[in-house]
Amino acid sequence: MSTKIFKHIISPAVPLPIENIDTDQIIPARFLKATTREGFGNNLFRDWRFDSEDQPKQDFVLNNPTYAGKVLVAGKNFGCGSSREHAAWAISDYGFEAVVSSFFADIFKGNALNNGLLPVQVSDEFLAKLFDEIYRDHHAQIEINLEEQFIKIVSTGEQESFEINPYKKACLINGYDDIDYILSNKAKVEEFEARR
Amino acid sequence: MAENIVENKVSLPTGEGRGGATLFDKIWDAHVVSSKEGFPDILYIDTHFIHEVTSPQAFDGLRKRGLPVFRPKQTVATADHNVPTWDQHLPIKEELSRYQVDMLTRNCAEFGIELYGLGHPYQGIVHVIGPELGITRPGCTYVCGDSHTSTHGAFGAIAFGIGTSQVEQVMATQCLLQSRPKRMKIEVNGKLQKGVGAKDIILYIISQISAAGGTGYFVEYAGDTIRSLSMEGRMTICNMSIEMGARGGLIAPDETTINYVKGREFAPKGEEWDKAVAYWQTLYSDEDAVFDSVLSFKAEDIEPMVTYGTNPGMGIGVTQHVPNTVDVDPTEQTSYAKALNYMGLHDNDTLLGKAIDYVFIGSCTNSRIEDLRQVAQFLKGKKKAEGVEVWIVPGSKQVQEQAIREGLDQVFAAAGIPLREPGCSACLGMNEDKIPAGKYCVSTSNRNFEGRQGPNSRTILASPLTAAAAAVTGRIVDVRELLPEEELVG
Ligand code: SF4
Repeated sequence: MSTKIFKHIISPAVPLPIENIDTDQIIPARFLKATTREGFGNNLFRDWRFDSEDQPKQDFVLNNPTYAGKVLVAGKNFGCGSSREHAAWAISDYGFEAVVSSFFADIFKGNALNNGLLPVQVSDEFLAKLFDEIYRDHHAQIEINLEEQFIKIVSTGEQESFEINPYKKACLINGYDDIDYILSNKAKVEEFEARR
Repeated sequence: MAENIVENKVSLPTGEGRGGATLFDKIWDAHVVSSKEGFPDILYIDTHFIHEVTSPQAFDGLRKRGLPVFRPKQTVATADHNVPTWDQHLPIKEELSRYQVDMLTRNCAEFGIELYGLGHPYQGIVHVIGPELGITRPGCTYVCGDSHTSTHGAFGAIAFGIGTSQVEQVMATQCLLQSRPKRMKIEVNGKLQKGVGAKDIILYIISQISAAGGTGYFVEYAGDTIRSLSMEGRMTICNMSIEMGARGGLIAPDETTINYVKGREFAPKGEEWDKAVAYWQTLYSDEDAVFDSVLSFKAEDIEPMVTYGTNPGMGIGVTQHVPNTVDVDPTEQTSYAKALNYMGLHDNDTLLGKAIDYVFIGSCTNSRIEDLRQVAQFLKGKKKAEGVEVWIVPGSKQVQEQAIREGLDQVFAAAGIPLREPGCSACLGMNEDKIPAGKYCVSTSNRNFEGRQGPNSRTILASPLTAAAAAVTGRIVDVRELLPEEELVG
């Protein structure tokens, strides 16, 4: 089975300059009752997006038609909290293909990578530049190149390289899947079991 | 606050050539099936815990691949997140919750997995039942689609939370593809003040190093204060490792650990037991083991803790004041102000004396028998405050039964608080137990995120003793002042 492929995107971005965005904000627990992976995008950032009467909150960025795009740019320590993969599913299902932050929580990062959603970790300085640029021009194009491992503000040409585990990079580019990889090592697993 | 930390950062390549081995590395190395340059390790998982929320899509994935569960006997299931904690014998009212729990039952039957579901004498919060059944043991590896799997590390095990794709991975292969994290040691030494316990220690540590301070690390807790804790206390500490961003936390096994495991339902018996104990005695970090980071704290510095914000790093001693926005890192001031606004608090506020609406004693952090005993001891002869809603929720069916055997339920009832039935309850707004918008809840759980306990609920994390004191007074109080001299040391 293959996962979603990510190689290269150029897109405007949606700014969310809040630190420590936790998984309960990304997808509140009461929406975790679905038993499939689809449809979580409707409830992405639910309690920031909608009030208690389910009316859109005008001051939240996802309700502001000025901002749109495949890239979500967020404050540091993005995705802290629970292991719910529903957070990655929700972001992906909403239409984002990459999340940029200056720091990611571990489990979120792994979950995103397993779902073809690229977490791009940049320096605090570059993150600040990204926010400035997006607020200066909401159409500002952000380029993310996984093969070359860089993120670039197209208008100014400023760019920064980002880290990614080489195995995970290969998985994303080729649509490989962890389970296939371990299954191809099944003999070793059985050997290991026999040995202990 | 940061001046209380004695830090000693050493940057070293991971893996070989580090001198002695850390406890973490000993266990990790014993579970590596295959290690290949440029690839994450294939790590063998001894026991996989599953529950109703993060497993359905994984079972679905297996079906699509036409795969069985590779080692169903090493998989343990329970229903905890969605279950009601009242009238559990009746069908779950909420349709989607009922559907999810029913689906777990069907999936377990189809794939041959033992399920401790509703009505089973072993049912309970997944991180409470593993240890109490003797499934959780030193030197083993545990994963679960739940970040508080770190709890099991209290036994000197490697245990951490995983996402649903990884749940599917472990079901399919009993292995996990995982890169070795960095290792951190956190030492706590000295004597705790009366009324200060494990929960205060961990809330204090997180307040000092922030909700992201442990990211990328696996933490070993050490020092004489940690050693002096019961297994329940150690579980409380390891449980919240994830709240500082760490993958997990662990504590070297000792007499306390061995005595706890001994005789439990699934603990090794006879010769197996002797062999196991001999192995467990080799599980400690070598004298010359090198950690990537070492932090030390003094037990004497720790007060009963409360949180004032919307992440577990936003905690203070109960007599301290809420930090001023101007003193916060400039890049974080907007988020900080947003958090205070959400909590209805202001710069320099004191929480002492603040009226609260709800008290929740429960969750995988503090719902074990020892927690309930401590709360009962405090509540004995006292009454719950007028107008405060108090929920005491045992972590498992076994804890509930034990509490009843010991008459704790009678003590609670006399205080005006009925003992509920086991489940995650108000720890997360997923089942019937939700905190209404705008209300303050003093909670023994582990997360104070916005809306965690229900939309717009306001959570103040605290120890079971501080929560019990809030139940009686209807306010945030310094529990030390309500305790008799030299008693009830947490
Ligand atoms: S009690 Fe809370 S933290 Fe623990 S497993 Fe349940 S929901 Fe998660």
